[in-house]
Amino acid sequence: MGAKRAGIVGVGMTVQRSTRRDVSGVELINEAVRAALDDSGMTRKDIDAIVIGNMDHFEGINYVDTWSVDGSGALGKPIMKMTTGGTTGSTVAMGAYYHVASGMFDRVLAIGWEKNSESDTTGAIITAFDPFWDRPTFGGAVAGLALEATQYMAETGATEEDAAYVAVRDRKNAINNPFAHLRMESNIEAIMSTPYLAWPVKLGDMCPRTDGACAVVFASEDIAGDFPNVPAWVHGVADRHLWGYTSDPYVNQHVKGGTWFPAMERATRELYDKVGITDPLEQFDVAELYLPYSFAGLRYMESLGFCERAGGPALVRSGDTDMGGKCPVNPSGGVLSSNAIGATGLLRVAEVALQVQGRAGDRQVPGAKLGLATGFGGCYWSDELVIGKEKPEKARG
Amino acid sequence: MAAAEDKKMFLVIESGNVAQPFRWSAGTYGSKFLTEIRDNKKFWGIKCPKCGKVYVPIRSVCGPCYAEMTELVPVSDEGNLITFSVVSFGFVDPSTGKQKPVPYGYAVIKLDGADSYLIHYIDETDPEKLKAGMRVRAVFEEDGKRTGSMMDIKHFELI
Amino acid sequence: MEPVAIVGVGMTKFERDRVRDTFGDLVFEACTRALDDAGMTIDDIDIVLTGSNDFFDGRTISSMAIMDACGSYDKNVSTVEGDGTFGAAHAVMRVLAGWGTCLYCAHHKGSESVMPLITNAMFDPIYERFLGIDSVTSAALQARAYMDRYGVTEEQCAQVSVKNHGNAFKNPYAQLPLQLTIEDVLASPYVADPIKLLDCCPISDGASAVVIAGAQRAKALDAKPAWVKGIGYNCDAYHLGDRDLSKVDALQAASKTAYAQAGISDPAKEVDLAEVHDTFTYLELMAIEGLGLCRMGEAGEFTAFGNTAQDGRLPVNASGGCISSNPVLVAGLNSIIECALQIRGDAGEHQVDGVKTAVAQGVNGPCGQSQCVWVLGGDE
Repeated sequence: MGAKRAGIVGVGMTVQRSTRRDVSGVELINEAVRAALDDSGMTRKDIDAIVIGNMDHFEGINYVDTWSVDGSGALGKPIMKMTTGGTTGSTVAMGAYYHVASGMFDRVLAIGWEKNSESDTTGAIITAFDPFWDRPTFGGAVAGLALEATQYMAETGATEEDAAYVAVRDRKNAINNPFAHLRMESNIEAIMSTPYLAWPVKLGDMCPRTDGACAVVFASEDIAGDFPNVPAWVHGVADRHLWGYTSDPYVNQHVKGGTWFPAMERATRELYDKVGITDPLEQFDVAELYLPYSFAGLRYMESLGFCERAGGPALVRSGDTDMGGKCPVNPSGGVLSSNAIGATGLLRVAEVALQVQGRAGDRQVPGAKLGLATGFGGCYWSDELVIGKEKPEKARG
Repeated sequence: MAAAEDKKMFLVIESGNVAQPFRWSAGTYGSKFLTEIRDNKKFWGIKCPKCGKVYVPIRSVCGPCYAEMTELVPVSDEGNLITFSVVSFGFVDPSTGKQKPVPYGYAVIKLDGADSYLIHYIDETDPEKLKAGMRVRAVFEEDGKRTGSMMDIKHFELI
Repeated sequence: MEPVAIVGVGMTKFERDRVRDTFGDLVFEACTRALDDAGMTIDDIDIVLTGSNDFFDGRTISSMAIMDACGSYDKNVSTVEGDGTFGAAHAVMRVLAGWGTCLYCAHHKGSESVMPLITNAMFDPIYERFLGIDSVTSAALQARAYMDRYGVTEEQCAQVSVKNHGNAFKNPYAQLPLQLTIEDVLASPYVADPIKLLDCCPISDGASAVVIAGAQRAKALDAKPAWVKGIGYNCDAYHLGDRDLSKVDALQAASKTAYAQAGISDPAKEVDLAEVHDTFTYLELMAIEGLGLCRMGEAGEFTAFGNTAQDGRLPVNASGGCISSNPVLVAGLNSIIECALQIRGDAGEHQVDGVKTAVAQGVNGPCGQSQCVWVLGGDE
């Protein structure tokens, strides 16, 4: 008895597309679930519990957990819904992990999905913000990110071209991922020539709007040997959701010696301490990071400890985060290539699992043993998971 | 499959123009803040009894201290520009149902006397003319037109 | 299950319209009461979970509105969107996984929204929603199916309203204590046949919170623990046409799991008190049967004999139940809190003597589609 270690034993994802009119939301979910069950050599009967997540107002469905049973396979089973905005997918992964780690369930299915084509994404995101203080003037997710980008460039000297490098890198990686939405060979000039959405953020810097779903099977250490795939073990998880108002996250950033992204930095510190990471660039073989726009690929590398403050541009331009580099970032193409919001964080977890299992196909990082997956959302919130090939020494909570 | 063919073959059900009306409480201190903006064009913040931080927008709990806040303190209608953007991405504002006019200046502002920041519009749409640290001042909606909302502040202007 | 306990509980007063309070104000009030009850400060809390729903709050990422107020600053935090029994179940999982203490809170302000529109949004947008179906009209279909199957009468349902509204007089947190007779209930206007106005719950504003702790932490506190003996939850089919609405399959499945964990083989004999989901009167009768506290179809008579009264053999909704206060997502959490208070002997005027084992029930989705059952006990 006591806390259990948990591993990922199956992964399923739908192709990510701008519009999936050929399926309803429930059918889209089912596509991912069937793939995950097949991948783990199980049927619906074998699943002990399900955790599902999306963002309600993107599809306008209340109680998605009960609405989706025909797709999720939850008929006659325990299901709960977890939702935290952009971090929903990673939250669902952590939720499913804790279902198993508690010892209450052996085989738990995590599902993240979104049909962003069914609503006005910006309109729905705006309603996240406080109706009195923030909503009347809030410029949507793009404008919120632009405020961060402006600040980052002003304080570090990073350029729009540096950010464009990240978009080029991720979308090029996506060519190797048959499930990705935007798969293209691009270059910095092409990104720079796209129109501004909210200065300094251009169309080419932003993630797309995507329809897609992802399902991941977590299993207890007690039965982890019973599956066709070797497990990808969860080494540790941590999150911080520090803020509630749009303007709060910018507070610490401008203070000299203050930090960029307190939620990410605090979650990172806790997670790295638990797992024993002191040099992420050397210790991680792969990272799948929730980078909602290109500038995040510079700044968040600093908050995740891959380089010093203001070192983001030099890090990415060194090639260390490219395929073949020290720690390839987003071999799947990442969020800049596919962003079905409720699925996005879970896809990061699924991708790292495939990497450390050596099953990532054309996007495989050779010999990957340990990886980092993150979720970003809410009001500069951060969810983080470390997933590895080796079984961790003990359950870490 | 071609997108046009897709649209012909696969039906969608439109929700129509459904509204989900809400009426959110501003709370004790939020009500005072909005009333003061409406009636007196004055900004107030709320002060944490433990760390002394003054919050605008107002909330009733200081997260880091987990302390209830009850003391309102005056803050200035002038402050510093912390960061900014120029938004040129049009969208339908769910609060009004109308297309937001673009481009507009968009800014994080630290009012003098406050420790947290406010997000609002700035009346400048050339990013070259904006810089962190610039002084800004609130421009209020004219008398008789203020309703007790954040839109009673039309925007901030560069001083 | 490894021993886990509820070591602190807190509730706000439930009211029709707490217009003076924001979501955060309600949550802070409930959380600080739960911490006080546990003899803790926020520093003693390792991890936080919240419960909210974007539709009910009218906000995408509804948990953002309470991030300061729930005390999660610099802690791991997550959100379960659904009834408090489900959220608190996940809090228990996190404690079992190794966290020492978890603060869980849920909030609801029914006064801010239009409930029929919001509950209409839980129905299928392609096939059902345009009918205008909502929580009340769907419940009417279920009530009729259940009453026809077992010959349950409107009088039998009315007893639940009389009893629970009466119980609410002894609960200072309840919104709607009412002195009623069966005739009053029967004479109230039909909302949707066979459901009448006084068969229905009100809509409430309020918040509740609990502190859940592992055995080691629980035993080190002065607070009286209520031990979690078992938790089960289970989901039925979605489309109403796919279900026999008179049946309680999901509730029976959830109960079976919870009772097995708690080592209960004969709930009718072993359970001392139940707090169940009675947003409509017929639901209490179905719940009593689904929880195995009497045989199927007999809850009407069981109630008529006074078994479920505050001084009965097996009191049900001694707190006044959801029919006296229904802060939707908080409802199941309130049931858990009431059971904990009863086990501790701290239920005040509505204290029932000698409660050693209590059962709480919570619901998600249309017509009780997804059910969660908790068994709480006085011994580790």
